[in-house]
Amino acid sequence: MSSDSHGHGIGHVVPIKTLLGVLIALLLLTGLTYWTGRMDFHGWDLKIAMVIATVKASLVCLIFMHLKWDKPLNAILFFIALIFVGIFLAYTVTDTFEYEMNVDALLESQR
Amino acid sequence: MSEAHAHPEHVAHHFDTAEQQFETGKFGMWIFLLTEILFFSGLFVVYSTLRNNNPEVFAYAANHLDTDLGAINTVVLLISSFTFALGVRNAMLGQRKALTVNLLITFLCAGAFMGIKYQEYTHKYHEGLLWSGAEHSVFKEDLSKVLPSVREHSAHGHTNAIADAEAMTPEFRREVGLFFAIYFCLTGLHGIHVLLGMVLIGWLIRRNARGDFGPHNFGAIDFGALYWHIVDLIWIFLFPLLYLIA
Repeated sequence: MSSDSHGHGIGHVVPIKTLLGVLIALLLLTGLTYWTGRMDFHGWDLKIAMVIATVKASLVCLIFMHLKWDKPLNAILFFIALIFVGIFLAYTVTDTFEYEMNVDALLESQR
Repeated sequence: MSEAHAHPEHVAHHFDTAEQQFETGKFGMWIFLLTEILFFSGLFVVYSTLRNNNPEVFAYAANHLDTDLGAINTVVLLISSFTFALGVRNAMLGQRKALTVNLLITFLCAGAFMGIKYQEYTHKYHEGLLWSGAEHSVFKEDLSKVLPSVREHSAHGHTNAIADAEAMTPEFRREVGLFFAIYFCLTGLHGIHVLLGMVLIGWLIRRNARGDFGPHNFGAIDFGALYWHIVDLIWIFLFPLLYLIA
């Protein structure tokens, strides 16, 4: 039986070794984020946590979700979603303090 | 004509080949996953806005979450993702028994995740760690409205939230309540997805027992796994964002 080779049937058969390697990497990264979460990196904590989470998410997408071997169309769809989430987040967050002075002025006038 | 031969039973008549059917189904699943990501992103935007406005509130309130339970749940979900990925492999290779075993392990992990979640939720309910508007909350604007039973439980709980709440200004209490509102929305919506995943896995186990799947017909397993991986992926972000705020 030609178990791990591709080119037969449909879909790509991922070798057990690869899957196991990804699981171990994910568990190690979870340990790392747990550890860094308890430390103080002076304002870098959130960025470090998000970088680790993004690496973990990439491993899940590429290997577990087969994006590495899929036709590019599925990956394009996924990135379109990410781009729109990015726009959604970026614009809302930059806008958060935009009217702060009006709110402050209102609160001041009510005193 | 050899058309009957070229068209096995599991290939719907509007597809030419099993592969075309599989790729189409997968594409459809990815469109659904795209909507799922956008669906959750609304809550992530609310989270970012709240945290940006009140970073100190988030740092304070996150101390009331159990980091160890969150970490255990992360590990449980990662293992379940691995076993489902193994299941997809089994399905592709026609290993029916191994597929059943891997689906069962995935199902049990999902159950363990929800069990731990239940522990966390009941704990928070009893100690009043809820959004300000909830009847059982200790973070009410008027602390005299906190239920006596909640006051009692909270004072004896390991974080003593009522003592903390009494030390806060009403504005700070309201904002701590907002943290718990977004905590329950995010983990609740995620939890609903885990429950739906369990239904899905149960259905796949039943279909596999019936012998529905083979090396050329395993679309449902593959697409189910994609859904489960997205549920895992969202938790990968939720864990540091909620539990690991220093």
